[in-house]
Amino acid sequence: MYVAVKGGERAIDNAHAWLAAERRGDPSVPELSVTQIREQLKLAVNRVMAEGSLYDPDLAALAIKQARGDLIEAVFLIRAYRTTLPRFGASQPISTDAMAVDRRVSATFKDLPGGQILGPTFDYTHRLLDFKLAAEGESPTAHTAPADSAPVPHVTEFLNRDGLIETAEPSDTAPPDLTREPMELPADRALRLQAITRGDEGFILSMAYSTQRGYGRTHAFVGELRIGTVSVSMDIPELGFPIEIGEIEVTECETVNQFKGSKTEPPQFTRGYGLVFGQSERKAIAMSLVDRALRWKELGEDSIGAPAQDEEFVLMHCDNIQATGFLEHIKLPHYVDFQSELELVRRLRAEAMAAQEAAE
Amino acid sequence: MTEGANTGQRERQIWMSAIAKANPARLEELMPDLPPLTCLRPPEVGAVMVQGRIGATGAPFNLGEMTVTRCSVRLSDGTVGHGYAQGRDKPHALRAAVLDALMQTDQAAQVRTRILDVLTAKAELARALRAEKAAATKVDFFTMVRGEDA
Repeated sequence: MYVAVKGGERAIDNAHAWLAAERRGDPSVPELSVTQIREQLKLAVNRVMAEGSLYDPDLAALAIKQARGDLIEAVFLIRAYRTTLPRFGASQPISTDAMAVDRRVSATFKDLPGGQILGPTFDYTHRLLDFKLAAEGESPTAHTAPADSAPVPHVTEFLNRDGLIETAEPSDTAPPDLTREPMELPADRALRLQAITRGDEGFILSMAYSTQRGYGRTHAFVGELRIGTVSVSMDIPELGFPIEIGEIEVTECETVNQFKGSKTEPPQFTRGYGLVFGQSERKAIAMSLVDRALRWKELGEDSIGAPAQDEEFVLMHCDNIQATGFLEHIKLPHYVDFQSELELVRRLRAEAMAAQEAAE
Repeated sequence: MTEGANTGQRERQIWMSAIAKANPARLEELMPDLPPLTCLRPPEVGAVMVQGRIGATGAPFNLGEMTVTRCSVRLSDGTVGHGYAQGRDKPHALRAAVLDALMQTDQAAQVRTRILDVLTAKAELARALRAEKAAATKVDFFTMVRGEDA
């Protein structure tokens, strides 16, 4: 029998009013604006855009404010919002070759055309708390140097020349889209990359780390990591030609992986690929390691049964909105379910005790 | 298609792209007033699925969506303009459509100098400054002589 329970409305309304007041915090402290979040907590904004799977810095900043800095809650808000938007179409694939590069480093080649460009990085900082930031009014300036407009080619192109690395053959196959069709396994590489790029950074990081520690080891080097701005072009149906509809910041990572060869492939370097919205370096590197680990089947490698090689394990658990939804729903009222559990346990206990008494 | 038509299309791609990427506040400053017009398609906010390529050159995959606003207008002389703008700013998309229409009329030269060239110069300046900041962080490797080789 299902018993409907009412009566929480006033409590819920008051809880939400208190939430709003707590969100604001001490009214004697100036309120944080959405543009401040967008400009000064940019990496949090980037993470919400990547995992929310919607590039819009203003919306992500608003979501962070509304969620009181809970980034998974902010991602949830963005995911909910994006379902209300009509889909105008798909862009042409972005060309990361033509990226206006802020940062570009290679761990495999010291001297490479275009050079090693550090960009605005935390690397080489001493990770000491900077108490100067606690004082207001700082407005630091970046140094500049004459820039050359020479192209910055991908590092893997150099290895390609000698046939030492596998190539990524161009193709125009329309990719599957997990926001339109439920994900089906086995998933092809395009679907896996879509799931991983919007997956939880912490989960993808741990999966990648597990491969480095030996659970599906793939011997990855960062062939190239680049962060910068690319144009997004789309074919405009009413015009019959493409235009640029915007510019986005992305992080791209290509790993170069040792490969002894297999029954089907000669010894050569193989590749893992990561591409993420915004400046999201940790995520892009982790993504490329997990991508490479999941490719064991197509490369004819052995599976050692490591979690990062298990497509179902990775793809079905990397989404933090699905995970948090299922996890957190157990705190919501389950009075009826629990009532039946109670009755079951009471009956089993009674039966067990009766059996014990009979035996004595 | 004739060569003239191709050049015309290329020009239009360039101006539509420049307006789509413009800063909405700056565009409004440069273009405070709108001519009489009919909205064929009022500004509509939507999403475009951005694609990347596996390994930068391989098969496409879906990276995630971005917000885009589009709009179509007809000026009183019948010229139709289409506007696309990154983000969710409806006045931006409306102005983009009006600019696209105006650029097809005899006001094109004036619109180009007063609005488009200013936007393009501003974007170019921002791009160049960012490239100069990046250039200042380029590593200059030098090899140190080891003791036993000296």
